[in-house]
Amino acid sequence: MPLMSLTGNYAVAHAVRLARVKVISAYPITPQTTIVEKLSAMVENGELDAKMVRVESEHSALATVFGAASAGARAFTATSSHGLLYMHEVVWWAAGSRIPLVMAVVTRAIGPPWNIHVDHQDIFDQRDTGWIIGIAQENQEVLDMTLQAFKLSEDPRVYLPVMVGLDGFILSHTRAPVDVPEQELVDEWLPPRRQPYVISPESNYVMGNIAPDEVHFLMRYSMHEAMEAAKTVIKEIDKEYGEVFGRSYGGLIECHNCDDADYIIVITGSWSGDAKVASDMLRENGYKVGVARIRYIRPWPKEELEELGSRAKGIIVFDRAISMGGYGPLYSDVAGTLYSNGGKTSLVGVIAGLAGVDVGAETFKETITSIIHKIEENGFFFEPQLWLLPKDYSSREKMMEVAKRWL
Amino acid sequence: MMIEIRFHGRGGQGAVTAANLLVDAAILEGKYAQAFPHFGAERRGAPVVAFARISDKPIQVHSQITNPDIVVVLDPKIFELVNVVEGLKNDGILVANSKEKPIDVDVKTYCVNATKIAKDLNLVISGWPVVNTTMLGALVKASEIVSLDSIVEAIKRNFSGKLGEANAEAARRAYVETIEC
Amino acid sequence: MGKGPILQAPETFFIAPLSRPAPGSVGKTGSWRTSKPVVYEDKCTGCMLCWLYCPENTILKTSNGKVAIDYDYCKGCGVCAAVCPFEAIDMVSEV
Repeated sequence: MPLMSLTGNYAVAHAVRLARVKVISAYPITPQTTIVEKLSAMVENGELDAKMVRVESEHSALATVFGAASAGARAFTATSSHGLLYMHEVVWWAAGSRIPLVMAVVTRAIGPPWNIHVDHQDIFDQRDTGWIIGIAQENQEVLDMTLQAFKLSEDPRVYLPVMVGLDGFILSHTRAPVDVPEQELVDEWLPPRRQPYVISPESNYVMGNIAPDEVHFLMRYSMHEAMEAAKTVIKEIDKEYGEVFGRSYGGLIECHNCDDADYIIVITGSWSGDAKVASDMLRENGYKVGVARIRYIRPWPKEELEELGSRAKGIIVFDRAISMGGYGPLYSDVAGTLYSNGGKTSLVGVIAGLAGVDVGAETFKETITSIIHKIEENGFFFEPQLWLLPKDYSSREKMMEVAKRWL
Repeated sequence: MMIEIRFHGRGGQGAVTAANLLVDAAILEGKYAQAFPHFGAERRGAPVVAFARISDKPIQVHSQITNPDIVVVLDPKIFELVNVVEGLKNDGILVANSKEKPIDVDVKTYCVNATKIAKDLNLVISGWPVVNTTMLGALVKASEIVSLDSIVEAIKRNFSGKLGEANAEAARRAYVETIEC
Repeated sequence: MGKGPILQAPETFFIAPLSRPAPGSVGKTGSWRTSKPVVYEDKCTGCMLCWLYCPENTILKTSNGKVAIDYDYCKGCGVCAAVCPFEAIDMVSEV
């Protein structure tokens, strides 16, 4: 089979088709819309036997597929940015109810001001909801991760919903070669839907009644335990998928040049590719730099990062989101993890690429080089918030000029 | 070896589709490729850009293209609005929808009257000659980055019937009529 | 295809926010009352409007076509007395 030329959004749609999803509901929002447009076409021309449910909002879209999934159907939705924020309440409900479900999140900046370009603020805003959250680097991985998400979500050790993040425009609207597996092969590999319970007139369950506080507390603990189990399941699925379809990514993180690295870049999403190219360039300049690309921000790859942190001189984290008044979210998790070695590893958090500001390999290279110099000059360097401001706006005077113009 | 291409057009002329079709053709040839738009506040008629990368190895970079190897300009008016050769490599190529050399620059330039070809073949939507497939024929002549056969095949896979045939013919004609200028 | 899902027990510690409706799961809620509805059988026509309105399912239909109250679970809200078109139900203080 020759490779297909697919956008990231169409790669999602093909994965949903191959998983034989039964119920789809979504509300249009840029840059997600072409996922459900493609799925609508597939349903219309008979390629996919599913029910498309039209709704008036993202809150209803997720509620609809959550209901369908609770009733026993393999179900799917997709959204972005403000749509994701609007469904945020139901995001918690779906995870807390332990219903297997898959949602694609096309990452996009949050307003104001209106902006359709990529950053990771929207998906990190879902970090604590109890969903498993994966973020892909390439369109091929988008397809593979979406397909795997169904198996992961429906595993009896897990029974949690899964989000698949793909970067707005940079993946969603970019055409690239994608190997789309044969339906027969997927049917053999993906078991029929499994779930812990079904809401139906026969099962006579009521969802969402009041529980004692202590039991509610235990529900949180049980979700955490399922997340821990998901680490094993993600690695298992990644390995067996490789055996069947020829592609494995390394589980929770994908390491590039990590083996003998003195410095490790921690990053997630499509710009990891540019960081990898920068690490190759830095190696040519004599710096041993590796890239640990976070494939799943939940469950958090604590063990892998502890191991990398224990042998690296420095860890440099690139965040495409910011908790204003705090830290970048990836940085916070990395810092929490590295404390296990007593804070001996140099650690820098770089905040960059917000609101879709482009960051290329050269910029990565320059930034990383200057950080390495600081670490090597001082023996240790700790900087949790290094703001990589947009080119041409990095001096206070330039910033003030902009401020005057925009007041 | 990676080739980076930037398309300049005006909203509605099909610059994004041109990048997509080029990448489809490259993938048909077993190459690695990437086509992506940059959407700002563009509207129909306003200057737009689209990008493509073609390589014999997997492409990891996702940032915008600042130093293209090839620039393709779909509309003669663009030359007045945008510095299309910004960042173009010294040994790069400019491919223009123009009857004659459009700007006085020291880069290898190829010209074709794509508007006329599109009109002749009735590739006109809402009064706009759609020149994207024509310019792909010119790009192939100027660079041989993919084969004309692959471009024609990519066009036919994206547009069926008479529309596909007319667009394929546009690419073929441009391939013949494009000259260094 | 078209078959339902497979129900499979979770393999990690698991509690879902589920319950099943059951009578008196928090005990006999009739003890929460401060006043109780009393039905005057001579005025009751058996129209069942009170049965329709009762939020607690505590209106019982008697064998002679009238209504009676399930005092084990009636919380004494008084909706039945308020909606009765024949003034066949009175609320009587119990405190």
